Amino acid sequence: MRFRARVRVMPRPSILDPQGQAVAHALGELGFAGVAGVRVGRTVELDLEAASAEAARAGALKMCERLLANPVTEDFALEAVEPQP
Amino acid sequence: MKIAVVRFPGSNCDADALAAAAASGAEACYVWHRSTDLGGADVVVLPGGFSYGDYLRPGAIARFSPVMRAVAAHAAAGRPVLGICNGFQILCEARLLPGALARNGGLSFVCRPVRLRVETDTTPFTARYRVGQELTMPVAHGDGRYVADEATLDRLERGERVVFRYVGGNPNGAMRDIAGITNEGRNVVGLMPHPERASEALLGSSDGAAVFDLAAAVAVA
Repeated sequence: MRFRARVRVMPRPSILDPQGQAVAHALGELGFAGVAGVRVGRTVELDLEAASAEAARAGALKMCERLLANPVTEDFALEAVEPQP
Repeated sequence: MKIAVVRFPGSNCDADALAAAAASGAEACYVWHRSTDLGGADVVVLPGGFSYGDYLRPGAIARFSPVMRAVAAHAAAGRPVLGICNGFQILCEARLLPGALARNGGLSFVCRPVRLRVETDTTPFTARYRVGQELTMPVAHGDGRYVADEATLDRLERGERVVFRYVGGNPNGAMRDIAGITNEGRNVVGLMPHPERASEALLGSSDGAAVFDLAAAVAVA
């Protein structure tokens, strides 16, 4: 079966996120009020062949730990594992 | 004495590193990243550049190149490994050095000479310098902000494992002005500035040449 796993990788809160700060600054310049903070991360979509959703999830988690996120600077969350037609 | 310079797809300081290594009197050779051995080299240099286009994170993909198994074994045997700029990023991603290199604090790519202070002379790559000596070398990076948790930073300081520190201005927001570090065994060194681009007077500075002058250090090791 095919599954699509969506992984969110975000800079850790303890790590300065200059990209987020730049976006926050730009939003302020554009007149958007009330932007208290911005952080910029990335989403990775994985199309996986696996026997079950659990197996797809387990595989995606291993991929996060090994490559997709750097534990020194980033946190990751496996947001969804959905069967694909 | 033989120095191997590893070439990854996207390395762009490999020729300069090779020239600096050769100028020190060593035999210098390239090793392709698909290689599973280091050609009998005594010292390995991971040069600067943008391996794999810096995709995902700088060094994140290069660290899984086949040659990195040989580099890790070389490091584990206590033999000298130097990572310059992207090479430093690769060594951190490979966990051969602690911490990580994050996007520059000011976001912009910084390409200019910086002042550095040598913080330790007990690594193979700084044995020819004096502690406290100040050097000028260029930096050229967008992701050079050294970050690590406080415990790791304290451990580095206590062990005198900060090798180079920026002085007179920190170009990227690196924690504790760290420009270069070493591992516990003191044989693996990574730094963001480019000693190979400051290896002869014609380049504006020869302050980096001694980084590649390894004959004494390797003979002892």
